[in-house]
Amino acid sequence: MSLQLEQSPTTGDEVISNYTINFGPQHPAAHGVLRMVMELDGEIIERIDPHVGLLHRGTEKLIEHKTYLQALPYFDRLDYCSPLAMEHTYVLAVEKLLNIEVPLRAQYLRVLFAELTRICNHMLNLGSHVMDVGAMTPNLWLFEIREDCLNFFERASGARMHAAWFRPGGVHQDVPLKLLTDIADWLDTRLPQIFEDAMSLVVDNRIFKQRNVDIAVVSREDAIAWGFSGPMIRAAGIPWDLRKSQPYDVYDRMDFEIPVGTRSDCYDRFMVRVEEVRQSARIMKQCLAEMPEGPVSSSDRKVVPPKRGEMKQSMEALIHHFKLYTEGFHVPAGEVYVATESPKGEFGVYLVSDGSNKPYRCKIRPTAFSHLQAMDFMSKGHMLPDATAILGAIDVVFGECDR
Amino acid sequence: MTVLHSAPRYAPFDGVLETLSGALGADVISAREQHGEIVIHVVRERIVEVLRALRDTHEYQQLMDIAGADYPSRPERFEVVYCLLSLTKNHRLIVKVSTDEATPVPTATVLWPNAGWYEREVYDMYGVLFAGHPDLRRILTDYGFQGHPFRKDFPLTGYVELRYSEEDKRVVYEKVELAQDLRQFDFMSPWEGADYVLPGDEKAGEGAKP
Repeated sequence: MSLQLEQSPTTGDEVISNYTINFGPQHPAAHGVLRMVMELDGEIIERIDPHVGLLHRGTEKLIEHKTYLQALPYFDRLDYCSPLAMEHTYVLAVEKLLNIEVPLRAQYLRVLFAELTRICNHMLNLGSHVMDVGAMTPNLWLFEIREDCLNFFERASGARMHAAWFRPGGVHQDVPLKLLTDIADWLDTRLPQIFEDAMSLVVDNRIFKQRNVDIAVVSREDAIAWGFSGPMIRAAGIPWDLRKSQPYDVYDRMDFEIPVGTRSDCYDRFMVRVEEVRQSARIMKQCLAEMPEGPVSSSDRKVVPPKRGEMKQSMEALIHHFKLYTEGFHVPAGEVYVATESPKGEFGVYLVSDGSNKPYRCKIRPTAFSHLQAMDFMSKGHMLPDATAILGAIDVVFGECDR
Repeated sequence: MTVLHSAPRYAPFDGVLETLSGALGADVISAREQHGEIVIHVVRERIVEVLRALRDTHEYQQLMDIAGADYPSRPERFEVVYCLLSLTKNHRLIVKVSTDEATPVPTATVLWPNAGWYEREVYDMYGVLFAGHPDLRRILTDYGFQGHPFRKDFPLTGYVELRYSEEDKRVVYEKVELAQDLRQFDFMSPWEGADYVLPGDEKAGEGAKP
């Protein structure tokens, strides 16, 4: 943090003027490249002006120049802490325009891995939140779980982070049975052990509570007006979860609870996420128990390419493969706004198609944009060190915020 | 049309389109239901009144996003798209207005505080002006950036690139120089969709004329 005084310092009983400091853009507690211009009165925050966009890569413009399938990997790179959740929204938007049926096994697999992504994301966020307010050990333990999650992604898709595994019409490949049994074992043993151990260090910890309870209280009215979503709106006591209220894939078959907060402070946001991890594990167990056998992607050959083995036998399959990987598929003209419950909140895609093989416009609605915007009013009157707790509880990732 | 996809399912839209277009009256230019979305195109000058009515009397409490879009062939080339969400009715709604480079759109910051950054983003990316916005600065592009990158006539490569100059000991901006032309592959089938003269076909039309 560089320090610049707006006026020369005064001594004695004279009035001390406000000063402005730069928080970031290179600051470990900024969770990426965030620059916040803070106006301080002593150690009290008077005003915060977040400067975002340092990671702006023009993803939406790039997507306009790619076919629908080529655009998919860009979504992994938005929120790199929960890549599959971003893909999920995009494939659902494309499927909504195409009105294509997805086989049941693919829907279960998507829900299973979307929830694994949620656990993966919350491990990073919960860990870094406690580290931002001073504790070291839980972060290291939670990264163990995150490492397990990434290994599962690798075994399903071949990539640890940028999976590109969800495809319009289903998922790219089926998973081996051993992977599903390993996930089931992990859900019963390693996850609860490590996670509950780590949480037992934090949730009742006096220092952790002093740093988080009653910090950045947001009323229900403000939470709605500022467009909050996900754990931020649930911590404000509004039981709003898109998985429950606007179910997609097989979420309507899942039995899970929506945790809500009571005081709407940073501690509540943290605890909502802690409970979400347990509920995600519950959903994953149901997926594993109920998942049927069958195909993992649509049999519509005008959208989903055939498998390699089929191509060795069938001329038709070879033509379809060639057409889909050069021209791609055409999507009927129209516009949709599809939003799903990503680990951070409502992640939306506003997709406009002109009937060609490339999206005409793909607006990505990042969760962090509306949350970070509220940073100014949430931190007003708090101390400078509270800014890191508030930022940690927002759960921002700049790949997604800046696009 | 039967719904085959598994995208988010919200409460059915039975009669919503008629109710809303009746309630908004003359402010509506067109309203349609397509792909399971209700899209209402309204008069630009009346957008604040329309959004206020939707928020206060029709229970669309949250503004989830404002998207810009560029259609250069239209007389008013830009669209500003408001995505609304009703927490109580479990509905989504798309409201849009059209504008051009010079005509400002009334700001929605008077209704929702989070419209501030969304409008800044539309301004930054498309150059759409918002009348009454308290702080209409660029948001995503670099400090001192020129132009509006998401316009369809802005090249994908941009105009300037920057690097650290060892001689000047600072970051310098230079004109973009590409070692080869940006390759824009066009995989559209020549039998369907390609509306240009294919290489080698330049004289195809001439012979037909007497």
